[in-house]
Amino acid sequence: MSVDGKFGNYGGQYVPEALMPAIEELEDAYERYVLNNEDGFMDEFRTRLREFGGRPTPLQRADRLSERYGREVYLKREDLVHGGAHKLNNALGQVLLAKYMGKDRIIAETGAGQHGTATAMACAHLDMPCEIYMGERDINRQRPNVFRMKLNGAEVNPVTVGRGTLKEAISETMRDWATNVEDTHYVIGSVVGPHPFPSMVRDFQSVISEEARTQAREKMGRLPDSVLACAGGGSNTMGAFAEFVDDEEVGLYAVEAGGSTLEVDEDAGVAPNSASLTTGSEGILHGARTTILQDHDGQIMESHSISSGLDYAGVGPELAYLVDIGRVTAVNVGDDDALTAFHRLSQLEGIIPALETAHAFGYLERVAGPDSTGEADDLGEFVVVNVSGRGDKDLESAIEETYERDIDIAPNMDEFTGGL
Amino acid sequence: MSLEDAFADGPAFIPYLAAGDPDYESSLEYVEALERGGADIIELGLPFSEPIAEGPTIQNAVVRSLQGGMTPTRFFEFVEDLDVSVPLVCMTYYNLIYRYGDEPGPRPFVEKAASVGIEGFVVPDLPAEESDPLREACDEFGLDLVFIVAPTTRGERLERIMEQVSGYVYVQARLGTTGAQSEVSDETGSSLGRLDGYDVPKAVGFGISSGEHAERIVRSGADGIIVGSALVDIVAEGHERGSDPKTVADRLETLARELKDGAVAGASQRPPHPERT
Repeated sequence: MSVDGKFGNYGGQYVPEALMPAIEELEDAYERYVLNNEDGFMDEFRTRLREFGGRPTPLQRADRLSERYGREVYLKREDLVHGGAHKLNNALGQVLLAKYMGKDRIIAETGAGQHGTATAMACAHLDMPCEIYMGERDINRQRPNVFRMKLNGAEVNPVTVGRGTLKEAISETMRDWATNVEDTHYVIGSVVGPHPFPSMVRDFQSVISEEARTQAREKMGRLPDSVLACAGGGSNTMGAFAEFVDDEEVGLYAVEAGGSTLEVDEDAGVAPNSASLTTGSEGILHGARTTILQDHDGQIMESHSISSGLDYAGVGPELAYLVDIGRVTAVNVGDDDALTAFHRLSQLEGIIPALETAHAFGYLERVAGPDSTGEADDLGEFVVVNVSGRGDKDLESAIEETYERDIDIAPNMDEFTGGL
Repeated sequence: MSLEDAFADGPAFIPYLAAGDPDYESSLEYVEALERGGADIIELGLPFSEPIAEGPTIQNAVVRSLQGGMTPTRFFEFVEDLDVSVPLVCMTYYNLIYRYGDEPGPRPFVEKAASVGIEGFVVPDLPAEESDPLREACDEFGLDLVFIVAPTTRGERLERIMEQVSGYVYVQARLGTTGAQSEVSDETGSSLGRLDGYDVPKAVGFGISSGEHAERIVRSGADGIIVGSALVDIVAEGHERGSDPKTVADRLETLARELKDGAVAGASQRPPHPERT
């Protein structure tokens, strides 16, 4: 694993000069506290993850999915982490690191609101002031999370430029950081951005695969044949994969948001998907060289996904690299199949997944479900799916999106007065 | 004329406008008005969709320009269509430079820029650590690479940048993003002090919006001033009000002259510099 910030051709530090000293300071702190456990930083982080965060999360056998797909399906239950998503692992790590560094203000961006919520909770827990930037469009799509952030004492700053989604929120947070760099730490929410963020966020999230690896040996008596995780920026993906990367026999599948179509309209600057690993190309965005959705001139395209958390035009540089060298397989699932999987998991397993997570289950259905074409042979007998988060935050948009589509397994709400 | 030559006859006034803001034809007029107002070098922005170093004023200019159809190819046509004789610097983000042409890397962009008469680059998201490929291409085609030095830049970083810089060094007057201010930063003197030992012109930018600012900055030791947002504000206001481009161009020329005159006045009040006498 890289500690110099380069993953093959990807990674690096492409940021305004004003931020470089802060990045160097962070690099130093990352090496001392995270990599070398100086002052017992990692010990404190682990303790807080356990006691505040509720770790370890279970690796649960999914009985009905196992039956449906004719193999052993296990769920890594990150939806059970405090706050309802894997995001807390990273937010808690970074806010704690900021404290060790002597910073006295936290800023963060959020798309679906899950990272903003996790950061706001970590800040409340560790007594740090917190401001969250969120696209206006996402604020409208994710009101419960906005409320949760504010409940935890964070300020939420709406971002109105562009399309008002995660991409714009990241740019805006970088601007704030450039202005207040001396006393402020920017908690990036995924394995993206300039070094050391991609490595550091991966390390904070790798607790997922560290636990899953041990739990797999206990429960299956072996390592899984494959691990599936949804991929937007790629933080739960890298977290679920990190400790398996050296186990060449374990297949790793990153499931991106295929949106409404994989066709990209370069002239309009619009990608109706967020599948940067599948439809993107190499470029530089938000501080790193990686795979991004861009037109032939290098302008960043507007992305789309039913899930705000996957709606981002880039992906972490390490994940892009692992796909390039063939260690990770990038696949994608569109809006319709993800939404159907959202309903299916809720009904079969009693787990309402985040719409992000539903993409991973959509892939499982496509390759191993009753209508599949046999691609599932690659997945093998023992499959782990990372349940990156729970779907409570998505209920409003799930209701809306469900009624725009004809999903035969969706609940019928017409019998209630006024419907929904 | 090279970039460094533009500093030979007193303080250089370096205005910035986003090419194509709000439309191609008006923008040509606006840039030409800057030269009439006394510009010694012009920084021309090639808009990128994610301008992370810019404040709201230039961000909005970028949006207008992109909506008007500005692309790297159009940008080079724009430069060819411009009727100005002062040196032009292209200010843009690295992805556009990196992606241009048939081969990956900055060479095709630099080659094309040189062929249309661009003299140098400012790339706000390309720190010295990542700039070798662009530096090499600039050397090959005889272009300058201007670097930004921030108030937070010190020690080894400063040395690394100053080894790479050519043309002039862009001294960022305060932390944050671009944007006109009513008060100009007092950090300028100490920022310039750190650069005293380096033999390259020092141009100060970020926040300068009036002749009085320009005068003060030059008096405190700057070899030049860079002004963007205050000029872009005039373009934005003209666009919002639907003003005649000629009127907007006149306003730009007037402010440009005020800034240039301020810079010249600042130079005349400057105490003799021990290393320059």
